[in-house]
Amino acid sequence: MTRQEILTELKKVIAPYTTNKEMLANINEDTDLIRDLKINSANLVDIIIDAEAQYNIEIDYDVADKMMNVGTCIDVISERLK
Amino acid sequence: MSNRVVVTGMGVVSPNGIGLPAFLDAIQSGRSGIKFMPRYQELNFSCQLAGMPNFKWDSLSNYISDVTMHGLKGTNIGYGLVAALDAWADSGMGYDTDEPRWETGCVFGNSIADTEAMKNVIIRVDNKEAKKLGSRVVEQAMNSGVTSYISGRLGFGNKVLTNSAACATGTQAVLMGYEYIKHGYAKRMLVGSAEHVDTYVYGAFDSMRVLSRKFNDQPEKASRPMSATAGGFIPGSGAGALVLEDLDFALERKAKIYAEVLGGSTNSGGQRLGGTMTAANSTGVIRCINESLVSSGISAEQIDLISGHLTATNADKQEIQNWSKALNRKGTNFPMVNSLKSMIGHCLSAAGSIETVASVLQIVHQFVHPNLNFDDPNPEITDIISVNSIPVAMIKKEVNIVAKANFGFGDVNSCLILSKFN
Repeated sequence: MTRQEILTELKKVIAPYTTNKEMLANINEDTDLIRDLKINSANLVDIIIDAEAQYNIEIDYDVADKMMNVGTCIDVISERLK
Repeated sequence: MSNRVVVTGMGVVSPNGIGLPAFLDAIQSGRSGIKFMPRYQELNFSCQLAGMPNFKWDSLSNYISDVTMHGLKGTNIGYGLVAALDAWADSGMGYDTDEPRWETGCVFGNSIADTEAMKNVIIRVDNKEAKKLGSRVVEQAMNSGVTSYISGRLGFGNKVLTNSAACATGTQAVLMGYEYIKHGYAKRMLVGSAEHVDTYVYGAFDSMRVLSRKFNDQPEKASRPMSATAGGFIPGSGAGALVLEDLDFALERKAKIYAEVLGGSTNSGGQRLGGTMTAANSTGVIRCINESLVSSGISAEQIDLISGHLTATNADKQEIQNWSKALNRKGTNFPMVNSLKSMIGHCLSAAGSIETVASVLQIVHQFVHPNLNFDDPNPEITDIISVNSIPVAMIKKEVNIVAKANFGFGDVNSCLILSKFN
């Protein structure tokens, strides 16, 4: 799976957690989940749980802490998909 | 001079009507909201009926963001949000605000989180999958869940509290909000309560043998307060909410005023002198009613209508006896009395707030709603008060002052005195 493919799917995972749909449509690897997409920090946990189900992977707590922007989310997911 | 407190907005999710227009029509025409529940039959419950609001979960998207909606499972929270936000809009105010509303607080009561929704939590934990629960469980399981959702949506910055006093919760919430404004701590309080009687809570009541079981084939006949065949209550669900305001504050913004809260009292019979966990100590009830009269500065003779607790159990007779003693009124001198539970069942924590909304509507529209199923008056009750005090059809009459009381497990009592705004 390419980074672009992961990003496309990641958009769907993130969608239920942001009211900023316009920003979501135009995300790139630098988009910050909390600052740009206004996602409640508590909901990051839900995004990680949904991503685990989506990609059938496990993301441990320490790694999850790094998932603050779209790029780092893709890093972690592509690492786990290997 | 102490502040006067008025009602400027109301919202309701009731088994016989959601929203003020539907609810007003239902209580004027005496429409029952009690339904047969096939699932309760499958579960071998003795009582298989419930007062269940015809609530469309998707309608919540008119009140909260899709993000909040995603992952919201607590039915009690859904009911509470709709009643509270409807009351807020009815009071003429918008939902959105960037700044906290420092002058406005909230007292919203409930009994228990939606245990049916919590079942998923129990299963996951037992399956060693706690990691998958996510962030939205605690906020819905916590006792202050309903209050937190409401206060967050509207940005309340004053006192935000959750009260719980079993079946006295709703009237107690109104009273607490009234007191905060009266004492000058807040200018405006959104008050109310919510209840969702899920299957597990229902089952526990069923096992206590306090529910009606002889009318499963006639749901609308089953809730029979004050009748000889009153054989237990029908659990109900829903929510009621009111916006209370300091009078001057309300007048300043030209708010419409429905009624005035003159005063009230909440106490306990101490589970002594005949009071127990589940039964009211009559001395405590009578004190509560009398304290309400004193705090309101009215005499017992001024009460036009009693909105009773009157659940359709054998406690009805004792309740009427208590009112009669407290007010020193009997026979044909007894005020009108009605029980909304004859239409919607007993909504437990939500009973008091839904019944307070009904009481205010009866003041505003000058009527007394009917008592359904009072076909066979309990002679022990009509020995105390005239049968004419218990209307079976709507009566149009002058209603200036209503006493609204509820009594709950734990031997707790709450009584409110509501008045036409003069």
